[in-house]
Amino acid sequence: MRTETMTLNMGPQHPSTHGVLRVALELDGETVIKAKPIIGYLHTGMEKQAEYKTYTQSIPQTDRMDYLAPLSNNLALCLAAEKLLDIEAPPRVEAIRVLLTELTRISAHCVWLGTHALDIGAMTVFFYCFREREKVLSIYDMVCGARMTASYFRVGGLAMDIPEGLLDKCQKFVDEMPAHVDEYEALLSQNPIWLARTKGVAPLSAKDALALGATGPTLRGSGVQWDLRKTQPYSGYDRYDFDVPVGATGDAYDRYLVRVQEMRQSTRIAHQAIQRVRELGPGDYRLRNYKYVIPPKEEVKTSMEALIHHFKIVAHGFFPPVGEAYLAIEAPKGELGFYLVSDGTPRPWRMKVRSPSFVNLQCLPKMVEGHLVADVITAIGSLDIVLGEIDR
Amino acid sequence: MPLAPERVEQRLKERFPNVAIRRQEGAAVRDASLFVPADHLPDVCRFLRDDPELDFALLSCVTGVDLLPKDPRFEIVYHLVSLTHNARIVLKVQVPEERPELPSVVDVWPTANWHEREAYDFYGIRFAGHPDLTRILLPDDWVGWPLRKDSPLGYQEVSFTHNTPNRIPPAPDLKQLKPKRVKYKAH
Repeated sequence: MRTETMTLNMGPQHPSTHGVLRVALELDGETVIKAKPIIGYLHTGMEKQAEYKTYTQSIPQTDRMDYLAPLSNNLALCLAAEKLLDIEAPPRVEAIRVLLTELTRISAHCVWLGTHALDIGAMTVFFYCFREREKVLSIYDMVCGARMTASYFRVGGLAMDIPEGLLDKCQKFVDEMPAHVDEYEALLSQNPIWLARTKGVAPLSAKDALALGATGPTLRGSGVQWDLRKTQPYSGYDRYDFDVPVGATGDAYDRYLVRVQEMRQSTRIAHQAIQRVRELGPGDYRLRNYKYVIPPKEEVKTSMEALIHHFKIVAHGFFPPVGEAYLAIEAPKGELGFYLVSDGTPRPWRMKVRSPSFVNLQCLPKMVEGHLVADVITAIGSLDIVLGEIDR
Repeated sequence: MPLAPERVEQRLKERFPNVAIRRQEGAAVRDASLFVPADHLPDVCRFLRDDPELDFALLSCVTGVDLLPKDPRFEIVYHLVSLTHNARIVLKVQVPEERPELPSVVDVWPTANWHEREAYDFYGIRFAGHPDLTRILLPDDWVGWPLRKDSPLGYQEVSFTHNTPNRIPPAPDLKQLKPKRVKYKAH
């Protein structure tokens, strides 16, 4: 009997593709022969726009890349600019940044777990996860007035000081969170349907993962111990005590376990960060280097020099040296890097964003070819992609 | 002990004595960057990946940079990571405007596939030996190379034609176009 393959378009308007991802599938019956991800439907030219903005003006732009982890993106840009300027934020600022980015990681993983489980058919988890995510969003709201697009970090510090009562609110969340992770695990980890849909599905070997440039939980799920917070620490991560969970076989279940364990580790780091902020007590929330960072408002009202610096930096932006810097952080999805090329003017000559989702998505064909079409959904979910940062 | 960038440079010069490998100068160049001639790029990359003392197994990203009005105009930048030695190194290849082409490194690191497509999409730089060098983020019928410095920001007619098949897509003359000055009204 003669058989023919069939080409099927999955997406771009399909709820399980997490945005506007289109995958052109070539099918033989129910088996995927070839999968080709097609991207670019959300391209807004953010890298081009950045060349026409000052470094500070690009910070709100980064919120819209990985919109589930705005503060991680802010941090990556600010640290890259700080590396270019050769300045370092005060220890108190570093601790606050660590605290908030770890909460961001928890909320990003909550959204991932909820939607991934929903794709596979477990609806309850979604409501549980979004309950906790809402708590993180209300912390954002408290700290900067926005729930989703925080834009809270600045080059050399923070936009404003943390409000009173924030640390208590974070502490309450951090104390409650491990019990909530237990709830998610009780719903899924031993659930026979969950095991059947994820165990051995969408496998990715460590060798393939490295060759395809995968980072973050996608790489660690395949058993490679590589976490930039440990290996190339930034923002004072070397002073926090935490473990890096890794998987064994590199299937969807291992990636699930890695991310769930990471939520627990993040609560550990956040707990230590709260203690550190308390120990350091009240203090500066920005570096006192008026060449690059605007002075505190109180000083602007009384000192003429401070007013001049404020005016110059707000009107022109700061002038970095001619040079370039690449800095990568461990975002919830993997290595998020910013490559800045400066020609000495207040606007970057080139700003390249190395987004983890863009690179991790390249693993999709390797994961699904030769497997069933229903497992494509699991594979996309277990990669944890956000199209905002893929298309930029 | 982490691998020092000087050692990487030394190791490369030992292995490729006849290739002009040059360290990028500049006080504010924060990462060790090496210029590599385009013809030797695949050999250098393969050596960086396979040599046990270097072991740069992960290609982090490939970036195009337009340095107009400098000559050579373009640079392609490779950020490499060695997991076993916990090191980073930057490779740079200069690409002239007249013949914007260099060899692809997809054979060495398969992850380069999409990165190189992106550089092609943004700058029109061709990667010889790439298995599928097509546009990746922009529509297939897009005219021009948007991240080149002589390509204007915005205020062009929308180029999508699929809803209006009779419309002729605009063909901007990239030599004539200049970045449009934007005037903002104060309230």
